Order: sequence, then structure tokens, then C-alpha cells
Amino acid sequence: MKANIAQGFWDEKIECMDRKSMEALQTERLRDLVKRVYATVPFHQRRFAEHGVRPEDIKSLKDLARLPFMTKQDLRDTYPFGLFSRPMDEVVEIHSSSGTTGKPVVVGYTRNDLDLWATVMARTLRCGGVSEKDVVQNAYGYGLFTGGLGVHYGAQKIGASVVPISGGNSKRQIMIMQDFGTDALCCTPSYSLCLAEVAEEMGVDLRTMKLRVGFFGAEPWSESMRAEIEKKLGILALDIYGLTEIIGPGVASECPYRKGLHINEDHFLPEVIDSETGQVLPYGQEGELVITTLTKEAFPVIRFRTRDITVLDPEPCECGRTLVRMKRVTGRTDDMLIIRGVNVFPSQIEDVLVKIEGVAPHYLIVVDRKGTLDDIEIRVEVSEGNLADEVKKFEELERKIKNELESVLGISTKIKLVEPHAIERSMGKAVRVQDRRNLKED
Amino acid sequence: MIVKQISIFLENRRGRLAEVTQLLGDHKINIRAISLADTSDFGIVRLIVNDTEKAYTVLKSAGLTVNKNDVIAVEIPDEPGGLATVLNVLKAAGLNVEYLYGFLEKKTDKAIIIFRFDDMNEALRVLRESGISTISDQELSNL
Repeated sequence: MKANIAQGFWDEKIECMDRKSMEALQTERLRDLVKRVYATVPFHQRRFAEHGVRPEDIKSLKDLARLPFMTKQDLRDTYPFGLFSRPMDEVVEIHSSSGTTGKPVVVGYTRNDLDLWATVMARTLRCGGVSEKDVVQNAYGYGLFTGGLGVHYGAQKIGASVVPISGGNSKRQIMIMQDFGTDALCCTPSYSLCLAEVAEEMGVDLRTMKLRVGFFGAEPWSESMRAEIEKKLGILALDIYGLTEIIGPGVASECPYRKGLHINEDHFLPEVIDSETGQVLPYGQEGELVITTLTKEAFPVIRFRTRDITVLDPEPCECGRTLVRMKRVTGRTDDMLIIRGVNVFPSQIEDVLVKIEGVAPHYLIVVDRKGTLDDIEIRVEVSEGNLADEVKKFEELERKIKNELESVLGISTKIKLVEPHAIERSMGKAVRVQDRRNLKED
Repeated sequence: MIVKQISIFLENRRGRLAEVTQLLGDHKINIRAISLADTSDFGIVRLIVNDTEKAYTVLKSAGLTVNKNDVIAVEIPDEPGGLATVLNVLKAAGLNVEYLYGFLEKKTDKAIIIFRFDDMNEALRVLRESGISTISDQELSNL
């Protein structure tokens, strides 16, 4: 790894604030937020009334639990602007999620919101040591997707030189990386491996380049995949977390110690709940992450259920930051597949595959229903360097994958080895699951 | 003598073999012998070609899982019992054949069998001591 543990903070006062002061700041902001949304958004007035709570009832952080949750469905039901708490003449930018599973989610930003976004993204990039001297190659998609512009604003705020290349055009990405001397790469983790593959085809060794750090997010990825990325690109790979409903990227980020992601909790107040009962769980217990945006103006959310599963840790980090840390998200309640009654996360499958020699970390999970039984097939690419010339060696490989998956997942799977590049590469979020059971119900 | 064979991992899907052989044809690579071992999902194509290095480069740059493997090419008389004679020698020596495939020489009355053994060096020694002739890459290319 080329990167040393980077020093320096973007907002030292906030990022290293003691817990008591942080809670005081959060309390003040929460009380203000509740009043603001109650005064401006009919949706919130109605929900508060339904739950018998008034803005003045919210006096401390503990009172947060009295407020109702918001879900993605609420955001869809109020499509497009029903949850905006500022008039459109103050809204200067609008983003939207892809809406692959229903109506898209639409979020607005005021000028102050954009400045907030730039700030939290500057903190994120500084976490990985990015400064005004660096060239930041931003291969997140620009457009309605928040990844591109979020990184863009943060990098500019720092004063780094941003290359707004967006996703795709991999050969050009490699050329620019070489010619511009890119220091930091921002993209989805799966796309970074796609770039490594293209570089290899071009005969370019990414490890000898200036590139030293990567900020990867927008999809869950495993520790083994991180090891693979660090090996192939010769960089420090950091996980960043965010979601459109909250602000986009910039909600939380890893520092080089990589012991959880520092949540920018002065703006995004986290809770972890039991996703079945809605009960708030104490620090250290695993559950669904819920976020309240304390300072956003145009599109504030209260107790938004992220569907991401994590654990919160309030202990200060070795890097000096005191911001509460969340464990890396390796599964979403949304991504979870239920196969013959067993919960399966794609990240568990990825974790097994990355450790097995002879296959590449490119895979597709196909779930189907044969009669009444769920059938799970995992298509895995044979690596180009696989040396076998006998059928039985490939069959052994299939058996090995099947056995290891069975010991991790507790269910039996069908393994199908496919040729290199047979699985479609994604320029953004990787498509890992094809659930044909759902298609049939439609 | 050890000779080089090309092996390719292919998915069992319509037209795939046609595409790969077309690719070789487009690069003027001639196939001397071919064998295909398959399961319901995938197959391994093994090839003896006139230019192994070129074939390897062409297939590799097409992104295929391709390898060069060591095999032994044995020349046998094209007559009843020709192959049995060789296999009996190998059996007596306790050698295990992983796979084999054969083809006829055009201009002689000989056939050529390509062998893969679990112990290639031992196999070479046994064949040599039994007076069974093996042929070189060079000779194969010139056939």
C-alpha cells in the first residue's frame, strides 16, 4: 500500500468534538428541525398528529423515539415534491434515484444544502488524505445519481483538481489516470475491478501509477473484495456511505484505520433499530440504520429507515475523530434474498468467491422457483489464468465453491462456471442478483 | 518428446465452438487435431495447431481462458491393434492416461495419438525404452 495513514481533518472542531458537546449541538438542531418541518410540510403535520406528538414535545435526543419513522414508500407517495420544506425558488438542484423498483425518489437542495454536501464530502475525502495538491478522478456517474456531483462538490471545496470523467469509457479512464497522474479515484467498488481488468488488457500496471487512494461506495462490498482491489490497484481502498434520501455520498466515511465509518452526526443523526419491532437498540447491537437529517433545508427527513444493517460504536477512533462510527454495511434488508426460508446476502457469496483460486470475483446470482422450491444458481467467471485442461479439475472447482458456500449459507446452491467477461460489467452499481421469482408474480 | 497443446474453457452454448474456430481460421491458424470434453454446462476444447504460440496469443487477447499444456504425440501404425499395442505397454508400466485423442496422417499409413499422463516424464521414459516413437512440435507442425 502506498498511502500512509493520512493526518489532518477538514472540520477538526466538529470531527473531534467531545460527546457531550456533540449531543448538545444535536439536541439544539433537532428541536429546530422538528419546528421547521411541522411548520412547512403537511405530511409531517399529519404524521405528528397521528402519533399524538407536537414539536414542543421534542426536548432531548431521547424524545426522538416518540417521532414516527419515514420509509422509502413515504417518499414515493409524496412524489415528486411533497416533502420539500422550502419553496421551489429556493431549490437550486434536484436529484432522483433510479426508481427501478417503483416510483423514483426525488430530493431537492437549497444553496445551503449544496454547501453542506460539499462540506461533508470534503470531510470524506480528507479522511483519505486528499488535499488541494491532488488530482481526483471522479468516475461516479454524473447526472440525477448523487454520486457524481456529491464527490465533485467535495473535491472542489478542498481545492483538489477534479476530473469529472463520470462512469464508463474505461480505456480513457486508464489513459487519464496515467497522463494526469491521478491521486485519488472515486467510483463503485465493482467498477474499480472492471478498470483493473481493462488496464491489464491494455498492458498497464495500475500498481506503478501515482494513484494512492480510492473512495468506493454506492453498493455493498466485502473485505475480501477490498483486499482484491488493493492488490490489483496498489491503493488504499476506503468505504464511503451515503444515500440519495439523506443527501447522497457524504453521510459517513472510513479513515485509513478502517475501523468503521465516521458518521457526520452533527448533520445526520443516527439510530439503530430492531427492524421487526422498531425498538431503538443500544450502541453495539446490530440492526437497521435510521437517520434524521438535522440541518438540511429543502428535503429534511425524520427517522428515515435506510434498510441498511449496521452497528454503532461511539468510542473515539485511533485517528482522533470522535464521531460515532458505523460498521461497514455488507447487507441491506432489501438485498437480502430468502431462499428456502434462509436469509442470504450477496455479500456472503462474494466473500466466499473472492477467496477461491481459479475464479474471478464477477458473479451473478440467479434465483428461480422450480415448482414450490427455490432454486439458486450462482454463475461465476473462470479466471483467465486458470491452468486446468481437464473437465474433472473444473468439476472439482465447482464442488469446492458449492461446499464452501453451503458451509457459509447453510443451503445448497448450483454453481455454473462461465467464461471470462460473460457476466455484464457495470459502470455504476453492479447487478448481482436476478430474482426470477419476482418476475413471475408481476 | 513433449509437445504443446492448446486448451480452452468454453461455456456450453450454441455456436460458441464455431466462433472460436472461426477466430483461429481468420488468423490463418490450422487445426491438426481437436478433442472436446464436455459437461452439461461447459466444455474443454483441446487443440493441436500449426502455430501454438500464435493461437495462444489470439485466443488470450479474445479474453478466453486458454492454456498451453504438455502432451505427448505418439506415432502408431494405422492398423488393427495399433493403439492396443501402445496401451498395453503403458498398462504394464502402471501408467495412467488422463485423456487421449487421435488423428490420421495424410500422407503415410500412420496415425498419431495425443496423450496426457499424470506422470509425463515417466511416460516418456517408458515409451522410449519400448521403442515407441514420439514426435516433436516441429514434426507436428509440418504434417
